[in-house]
Formats: sequence, C-alpha cells, structure tokens
Amino acid sequence: MINLETPRKHAGLVDQAHQLAMNMLRPISRKYDRAEHTYPKELDMLAALIDGVSETGATGGAGAGGVRRDDPGGDSGRVRNGANLASVLSVAEMCWGDTALLLSMPRQGLGNSAIASVANEEQLERYKGTWAAMAITEPGTGSDSANITTTAVKDGDEYVINGEKIYVTSGERADSVVVWATLDKDLGRAAIKSFLVRKDNPGLKVERLEHKLGIRASDTAVITFNDCRVPAEDLLGSPEIDVKSGFAGAMATFDNTRPLVAAMAVGCARASLDLTRDLLEQAGVVVDYDRPAQAQSAAAATFLRLEADWEGAKLLMMQAAWMADNRLPNSLEASMAKAKAGRVGSDVTLSCVQLCGTLGYSEAELLEKWARDSKILDIFEGTQQIQQLIVARRLLGLTSSELK
Amino acid sequence: MTGTTGGPLAKGVTQSYSFVMSLMNSLRPGGRHGLSSRETRDPIGLAVAAVNRLAQSEIIDRVGLRRQTEQVVYSTTRNGFRVATAAGRQFARAGRRTAGARPATAASRGVFDLTPTDDESMLLEVVRELADELLRPAAAAADEACAAPEEVLAAAGDVGLPVLGVPEELGGIMEERSAMAGTLVAEALAHGDMGLAVATLAPGSVATAIGLWGTEAQQQTYLSAFTGSDDGAAVPVAALTIAEPTVLFDPFALATTALRDGDGFVIDGVKSAVVRGAEAELFVVAAMLDGTPALFLVESGTEGLEVEPDPSMGVRAASLSRLHLSGVRVGADALLGDTDGVAHAECVRLSRLAWCALAVGTGQAVLDYVKDYVNGREAFGEPISHRQSVAFMVADIAIEVQAMRLLTWKAASRATRGQDFAREVGLARQLCSEKGMRIGLDGVQLLGGHGFVKEHPVERWYRDLRAVGVMEGAVLV
Repeated sequence: MINLETPRKHAGLVDQAHQLAMNMLRPISRKYDRAEHTYPKELDMLAALIDGVSETGATGGAGAGGVRRDDPGGDSGRVRNGANLASVLSVAEMCWGDTALLLSMPRQGLGNSAIASVANEEQLERYKGTWAAMAITEPGTGSDSANITTTAVKDGDEYVINGEKIYVTSGERADSVVVWATLDKDLGRAAIKSFLVRKDNPGLKVERLEHKLGIRASDTAVITFNDCRVPAEDLLGSPEIDVKSGFAGAMATFDNTRPLVAAMAVGCARASLDLTRDLLEQAGVVVDYDRPAQAQSAAAATFLRLEADWEGAKLLMMQAAWMADNRLPNSLEASMAKAKAGRVGSDVTLSCVQLCGTLGYSEAELLEKWARDSKILDIFEGTQQIQQLIVARRLLGLTSSELK
Repeated sequence: MTGTTGGPLAKGVTQSYSFVMSLMNSLRPGGRHGLSSRETRDPIGLAVAAVNRLAQSEIIDRVGLRRQTEQVVYSTTRNGFRVATAAGRQFARAGRRTAGARPATAASRGVFDLTPTDDESMLLEVVRELADELLRPAAAAADEACAAPEEVLAAAGDVGLPVLGVPEELGGIMEERSAMAGTLVAEALAHGDMGLAVATLAPGSVATAIGLWGTEAQQQTYLSAFTGSDDGAAVPVAALTIAEPTVLFDPFALATTALRDGDGFVIDGVKSAVVRGAEAELFVVAAMLDGTPALFLVESGTEGLEVEPDPSMGVRAASLSRLHLSGVRVGADALLGDTDGVAHAECVRLSRLAWCALAVGTGQAVLDYVKDYVNGREAFGEPISHRQSVAFMVADIAIEVQAMRLLTWKAASRATRGQDFAREVGLARQLCSEKGMRIGLDGVQLLGGHGFVKEHPVERWYRDLRAVGVMEGAVLV
C-alpha cells in the first residue's frame, strides 16, 4: 500500500535525532564555523551517546551509514523499512542541526560506510569502534576516480602504498583512513582496491588542512602515503582483480552513500526553510497551501516553489533508501536523489538568504552559513554533472564511451 | 466593449460624456486580440484598423456565417455562440436529506512503501491497456476535433471509470474509496492522452463528489445513473465546474454567487474549463454562498443555463466550454456538502490532485518518447543522445517526473487514509505545474523542428502540460 510518510518504527529515532541536533549541534554551530580546524570536543559526548543508543539497536543501525546487502532479511516478501531509511532520516535531522558537525561525528565517517559496505565479517569485527575517513580524490583526479594514481604493491604479506590524497573528510581526527589505490594501473578500474590504513602508520602523513567556503567545522585533510606498508588482511573485500565485475565493487559504496549525501542536503535546506518561514511570518507573510501561488505575495510564491522542490528531493532520497532496504537495485534512484537534493540544497539555502535580505546575509543568523555549507553537497560523492551522467547513461542505455 | 454609465449627474452632461467615452473606447485597441489596454492607435493605426474591419465583414457576409439560428453543439473555434445546455434526463428524486453513505478510509500499517495494492495493480493493468491501445492512437484526431470519440468514452465506461470513486455499497467497484487508486488511474490514462483522460474522467468526478459529500437523497437520486443500475441508460455526461475566466483566479474567492431565495438558491456567474459542457446533463457548480464557497448540483435542463464552446491551448479532446448561469434557480436540495467551505476546499484539493496525476502521466509520456527519439536521431555522425546537452535534459526530465510522482502519491495516499493533505497537494501542484511545463518545453526542444510539427505528439503534450497550473475543477480523484 502506497505510503510516503516517515515510517512509524523510525518516528522515535527521527525525534531523537531532532532533539540532539537542536540541543547539541545548533548551540555550537556558529562557534565551530568561526573556529575552523578546532576540534569540536562537545562531539565526544554526543558520539558516546549515539554509541549507547546504537548498542540498544534502537536506531536501526542509523548513523554509521553503510549498508550490507547480505544481511539476513527477516520477513521476506514483506515491505521493509530498515537501516537505510533510518540512516537517511536521522542524517537529515542531524544536518538540520549542522552539516559540518555531522560530518565530524566520531566513528561515523564515510570510511565507516565503506567498511560496513564491503568489508568481510572478520574485518568488521576487527575494525569495530574505529573512526575511518575516506581517501579517494587526488590532486589530478576528481570525478574520474577510476583514474587514480595511488599505487598498492604486494610485498610478502603486506601492501606498500604510495600516493597523495586530498579532500579527506575528518582526515586529521579519524584514527584510520580507507584509501583507494590501484594494484595495476594497466588493468584499469578493476584493479582499484580499498585499504584500511591506521593513522599511526609511519608511512602516512597529514600534510595540511584546507580552508573552505563551508562545512568549516569539518576538517578536510591532505594526506600523503610514502612507502606506507599495510598488512594484506587490511585490503577490504576481495584481493582478486576481476576484470568482468570491474569497478562495481568499489562503486557499490556510492549507491549507499549518495542517498546519505542527499539526506545532508535535505536536512541543511530544511533548516533554511524552517527559519525563513518563521521570519516571513513575523513580517506578516503567511504561506497558504490552498490559494494559488500567483495570487499570493512574491515571497510566499517563492517559498512555495522552494518547499515543493525540497519535498521532491526528500521523497527521492527516501525512495532510494527504501529500495536499498528492500534489496532492489537503486543506482539510478540514488543518483537521481543526489542530483535533485544537491541542486535543491543550493537553490533553497541561497534563495532563503535572498528572501531574508541582509538579515539572511549576516552572521547574526545561520542562513548565510547554511548557504555556504550546502554547496559542497552538490559536489562531493559525485558532482551534479556526474549524477546526470549516471542517470542519463542508465536511462538511455549508453556506455561511458558513448556518453562521455 | 465596456459601456460607461454616468452617476447622478445632469442628463445632458451624462449623455455627452458617455458619447465621448464610447467613441474613445472604440478607438482604443486594448482588451481584444491579445492587446493590453495601454495600447493606443496613431492615425495610421486607426486607418489600418478601419480597413481591416471592413475586410472582415465582407468575408463574413460572403460565406454566410453568423447565423444565430445555427445550433452547433461544439465549435473548434471560439465564436461567441451560446446555446442552451443539453435537455438532459429527469433524475427522479429519492431518499432522505440526511447525510449519505461515506466511503471508508484505508488503514495504514505505518510502513513507507511505493507498491500499489493488488487491487490497484489489477485496475492499473486494465487502464494502461486502455491508454496504450485506445487513447494514444485516438489522441491526435480528438485534439483536432475537440471531441472524444464514442468508442473511447464507451470503453472508459466499460472499465468502470465513472464509478471508480463511488463506494461499493452505493454501486461502485472498489471496496474502499481510494484517492490513491484514482490518482494511479489518472496518471495511467494521461500517459495515453491528457485530453481524452479528462474527457473520460469528468463524469466520474461528479459521481465521486456526490459519493463524498451527497445527502442520502442526492446519492439515491443521481448515483444510480452512474452505476448503471438505471435500466441500462448511458452514464450521464457530467461536469465539475470551479474555474472562472478571470486573471489571478482564486477558487476560494469566486465571482459566481448563490443567493438564498425562499427555500432554494439563485446562482449567477460564468464557469470555465467545463468538460463537454454542451452534452453535460449534470453540473457541480462552485459558488459563493454568504461569502463562503459552496458546491451546488445543477441539472442541465434548468432555466438560465447557457453553454459556449471555449477551445483552449490544449486538453482539447475534453471539449472545454464555458457555462453561463443567469438567475439559475435551484432547490434547497441542490446544495452539495456543507456551507462552511469544508467540502468545497476538499473538492478543490482532490481536483488538483487529479491534475497532478495527469501531469505525471503526460510527463512520463514525454520521457518515454524522447528517450527513443534521441537514441535514434543522428547528427554529426552519431545519435544526439551522445551529447551531454541532450542527455542531461533527458536525465532532468526523468528526475523531475519522478519527484512529481512521489509528491502526488504522497498527497493521494494521505487523502486515502483520511489525513489532512492540504500542504502535500499544494506542493504537488506547485511542482507539477512548474516542472511539468518544463518537461513539455524540453520535450519539444529535444525534437527540434520535428517537435514543432504535429507529426509527433510532443507539441500536444506541450500544450496539455500548460493546463496543470491553471486548471481548477473538471476532474477529481
């Protein structure tokens, strides 16, 4: 039966996340936007709190992201609302609080998503409790991640990693990094594997931290690997180079993380909408859902347009997560959600600044911050243009050599 | 032309003033031919206008048009002819004036789910076949003729569209009243053709309205005609009329009024977007009663009703018309639903929901069509789909049509469960009218010159998709 409401079983989780976001993230939101690169110590307590809640299973696996397609489904044949939906909903709530702080949440890194998605059972157990950052992008390789130059060479029962990675979220604060490296550049994308590297590995060095437009509370590091030796058992997934399945393994992570980034944009944009609606109401502009937009004030009409777009992004996000919960292939829908949420996030947050004038532009409110934070969400984990490529190729049945 | 009547001034002054004003008005070009009232004519313009008027009258005389006696049922061009509404059948009064049966709302187990129920899936299978095999092939000719072919209307009746929203105990086919089922059906029909979807859904919309808000008497008087328990007589043509031909139209501030008169009401006003108005036997008319919008059942034989063809940009197969109501007297039993605006507001929302569903169906039709076209059409030695500027446009259509669908489904599922859906349908309408039009626009653009000619359906979809943001009433789920 068609129903697009927040699932009843996740309602408590969403409320909880909302309260956390409101009472722990918002009060320190501006502080760490200003104090870029300062560790938000308040998050340690929050992380402990989240760990505690996760232990009870009450979160349905929310937060840590990452999804295992092979976990046993209980009631087969029945529609499931599981960890994916729980994750996107709680991430959206947390980003309503503060996107940068959500990204800085201890033990909730993108590397943790990768581990959860591709690690084997033994590794899962061994990496329990680690805080893993994700290192994919290189100075010369952004969206074409199949083209990375960081190498991993087998030497006995170790791999030796060499290369430079940039834009590593939580790269300084995390205690491990999931690194993409190629076993054999000539074998193309099939030879790309991910490795878990401990931060105390002497071959790993955090070179510097970036100064950014937004999500300034989140540290973004440049990390170099110099003859960095990791045990062979820290290669995530299968060490075989399977030319047929190719890149699919590594890219599968994105099917899981893209809805999460969509969730970040949905949450961040809703913060702007909520505050703007309130400020407009104080100024006497009330948005009426019944009266035609063109018969209302321009501000109300704009708001309606923004909210409708936002709702579309949110529902696409929920659809992608719901499909994952029900083991339906969702690459297309994950990219659609990311594309829509990414652009809507920018449009909503920037338009809300416009609607609120210098009040919105000023640091006196958080609207200007959200308009800066939202931009990265249309870039990382695949830019708007990459999502469109993925969607178009799938729809039109074109290969990457046909539609470049 | 707007005449000017003077106030309580001296008679001579009034006369000379009104003479000057009427001369001024005849010299002013505005208000006709798409000209703004701020346009003025210079001497050359005046001369050209005079010659043009003369030329027109000669043509008209030569072909012998403008015979007031000519009783056309529907004209594909606007000519200002009004005719009396259809004679219509006698709906025999029955039942008591207590609240009628109310369709049950569906329970939910609180699970996010995008899967239609088994009943909905079965229904959809039938409707999709109807859309693919009857509506789509008939669409171009119906658009041209401004009329739905008989076999399409008959097939829609056979499938049970007129009673889709009527609960089983009143002779309908679905166990539970379901705005969701109606939404899925409207979407599927519009994938065939929006104009024909509107034509086939219109009578059922009136039946649904009576099922939702009618008294027991109204349900017994009218619904049997729709459910076919009326001795095999054809299902009546019926029209739900809310829209009015004014700028910035707001369905909650209508110009049409109902004044209390003795035991009944007198209704005055003009309604637009009236589906198959000339044939309709029963109208639901929205009018202000004591400053609050309300709904009234008006039978076509009632005195003071006139209908005029109003062919529009698109949705032409629905034979859009204007309904003129001058001093139309109806009884106390004509009031459909309450007088505090609740039924009317729900009616407006359910109608918008139907239009959203139609936009989704037509948007999907555009997507399916352009996908094949851009893969097949070659330029510079390869399919144009190999170009990002083309492929990304297709990707965006897919993304937005899915967003439109999800918003529409959310509103529909809330309505089905009896939850408030004002916000959801407001947002769905916003998205469907904006993105729907964008999809229509890009659909034509992707075909280039081929999109502009009637060989391909995209130009019709372009015209149809403009309807979504302007329509009120006509259909309802």
